[in-house]
Amino acid sequence: MDSVTSEQRQTLHSTADNGLKIVVVGGFGVGKTTLVRSVSEIRPLNTEETMTQAGETVDDTAGVAAKSATTVAFDFGRISLDTHNVLYLFGAPGQERFWFLWDRLFSGTLGAVVLVDTRRLADSWYAIDRLEHHGTPFVVACNDFGGPAHTPAQIRGALDLADEVPLVFCDARSRESSKQVLITLVEHLRTVVAPAARPVPQPIPEPTP
Amino acid sequence: MSRGRPGRDDSPDRLYTLTGGRSRAGSDAFDLVTLVVSESDPVPGMQSEHAAILRMCRYPTAVVEVAAGLGLPVSITRILLADLHDTGRISARHPRASYRLPDHDILEQVLVGLRNL
Repeated sequence: MDSVTSEQRQTLHSTADNGLKIVVVGGFGVGKTTLVRSVSEIRPLNTEETMTQAGETVDDTAGVAAKSATTVAFDFGRISLDTHNVLYLFGAPGQERFWFLWDRLFSGTLGAVVLVDTRRLADSWYAIDRLEHHGTPFVVACNDFGGPAHTPAQIRGALDLADEVPLVFCDARSRESSKQVLITLVEHLRTVVAPAARPVPQPIPEPTP
Repeated sequence: MSRGRPGRDDSPDRLYTLTGGRSRAGSDAFDLVTLVVSESDPVPGMQSEHAAILRMCRYPTAVVEVAAGLGLPVSITRILLADLHDTGRISARHPRASYRLPDHDILEQVLVGLRNL
């Protein structure tokens, strides 16, 4: 924090009391950090989480030689939504080892954005599969790299995407466009939450002949 | 304080020393986005990481921001925070969102906040 000086808001409101998470998942070079930077009020920061098998047991040094460390670096940005709610955006690699840390880092996340490069759709298969497995609601955002145009139907087909998962096109360099991706996600979350939040509407009875 | 790659250039021995040999926080209470607020100023003789946290958290600061600021992995940061929390030097504002589906009202507030960006 001490080396960041030129941003709009460096410190949170003193009343801030509710941190929220959205994770942006995508392959290397797909524009995760760019998207986070576009909407963040701070310059994206980077940190790392390391987990070892031995880390599950306090003071267990017996297996030090054998323990395998899983280290995942991720960057993040921040958006103060109001005086209480602060949204943190995490740019996370979709690679396999990352998912070992998902529960530890991203449990309780509102939802995820899968950022894809339409020239490398196969890079996203694994992330989509894992999110479905974890039951995390997500949207797919295609970052525009000026590649050949694909229709949404083609992309949905290639990703084997369920109909209810929103698919949007974006330019991660654009604040407005990145903001729209996040809005699409939260609107989608509302539809996911709605059935549980409201009583099921009663069907209008058919007139009996 | 090194920026760049947190933890990577530190020998495991150093990280081990920082936490007094513990490899796990007593509780997993500190979420990545738990907001930490200092309740006291650093005092002379305090472990430097503890003092750094107290300076960093004069305004609410998320656990992940503390980790990035210290240049330490999140798990190590959680242990240091637990120390300070146990002695009342920091308070923690945990996320209100439950661990299943988020609350409808919260989503509305997020939407309003995003549209106002």
